[in-house]
Amino acid sequence: MGLNKVVTGADEAIHDISSGVTLMLGGFGLCGIPENCIQALVRKGIDNLTCISNNAGVDDFGIGLLLQKKQVKKMIASYVGENAEFERQLLSGELEVELVPQGTLATRCMAAGYGMPAIYTPAGYGTEVAEGKEIREFNGKNYLLEFAFNPDFAIVKAWKGDTQGNLIFKETSRNFNPMMAMAGKVTIAEVEELVPAGQLDPNQVHTPGIYVHRIFQGVNYEKRIEQRTVRKRN
Amino acid sequence: MALNKEQIAKRIAKELKDGYYVNLGIGIPTLVANYIPEGVNVVLQSENGLLGMGPFPFEGDEDPDLINAGKQTITTVPGSAFFDSAMSFGMIRAGKVDLTVLGAMEVSDNGDIANWKIPGKMVKGMGGAMDLVASAKNIIVAMQHTNPKGESKLLPKCTLPLTGVGCVKKIVSDLGVFDITPEGFRCIELAPGVTVEEIKAKTAGRLVIADNVKEIAV
Repeated sequence: MGLNKVVTGADEAIHDISSGVTLMLGGFGLCGIPENCIQALVRKGIDNLTCISNNAGVDDFGIGLLLQKKQVKKMIASYVGENAEFERQLLSGELEVELVPQGTLATRCMAAGYGMPAIYTPAGYGTEVAEGKEIREFNGKNYLLEFAFNPDFAIVKAWKGDTQGNLIFKETSRNFNPMMAMAGKVTIAEVEELVPAGQLDPNQVHTPGIYVHRIFQGVNYEKRIEQRTVRKRN
Repeated sequence: MALNKEQIAKRIAKELKDGYYVNLGIGIPTLVANYIPEGVNVVLQSENGLLGMGPFPFEGDEDPDLINAGKQTITTVPGSAFFDSAMSFGMIRAGKVDLTVLGAMEVSDNGDIANWKIPGKMVKGMGGAMDLVASAKNIIVAMQHTNPKGESKLLPKCTLPLTGVGCVKKIVSDLGVFDITPEGFRCIELAPGVTVEEIKAKTAGRLVIADNVKEIAV
């Protein structure tokens, strides 16, 4: 009933992603990453990619898989410490990297999704992040002018979604996914549970389906934990 | 006797006020959560999208969808809320977070901080640090007073790439507690057994010793 945005799986979802495009990929660390689409991109060997994502995964999982296969030309991220291969490619000059403060990264995604060409933020004022950027003072405080991202595709991961593309996220796997979903010219969503339109409570929807173009139910989520920290029972 | 990491964290925890929203950085700052004083209720913010961060889970209860900014598995406490990264940094930027505690490689005597990059050697990225130091209402740094070579990390001017300028308010090092003032580092407390002479020898930036400097109670 209504708009049906369902595709069969990751391969169909990424069918028109070609070499050289700019991709946004949701997730924080390995939490909330679009595992199926990343694997599909690796399988297809699409290269020369510019990837916008908060982190670069670990060496053998997440975006790290794309880096291993040298499919990434440029990475735009806030922290890449978990990935030794990334740090190596960065220091050697093989990989172009733009390190962006996490809040700036999040807000540049948000700006794109909210139709705002630019935002002002104080993050990075007085540091190398400010080099070459316009600075403006508001109420006695200095802000940097930062521009909205312009991705060709946004690939996000959600907990639940419906056939019209409405999305609900879980706990801290929400992170960058909602803003990236809004920012994509074409937004692909992989979800753990796909239901017919009408089954999600509209009050619970985090990302309305207007932002989502393709949706599918993902399979075999590994949901790897980077730092398994526990406390003892008394 | 210089403070150990736990003691630095315990001293910082004394700065928490009832009702504070607090962001704790990776490393020594996360230990502050273990020393929240009795009767002081604070809400811990995790910049990846959670207010109300709780302790680590019991073994077997780890949830891969529930992690902190350091990518560690955690739990939540009653009254918690999840939100996205834009809102997370929005609340930081808009001054809703009362206190941020983070580590540093170097701090200058006017409050500049360097804690994200060693050129040519360590370029992991700044994560949320630049946002936090540019916007938090109150910034306390937990750090070692000197580096492994014994050189001062409290400097007239940072030599490493900056995270933020003129933003640090207070430092708790293994040797003492320092406010950042127009006169530079103002030592208000000393670690037990640490002398003023040692502080002077190990602080390269401008230093003032408070008239009523006292000993940190450990």
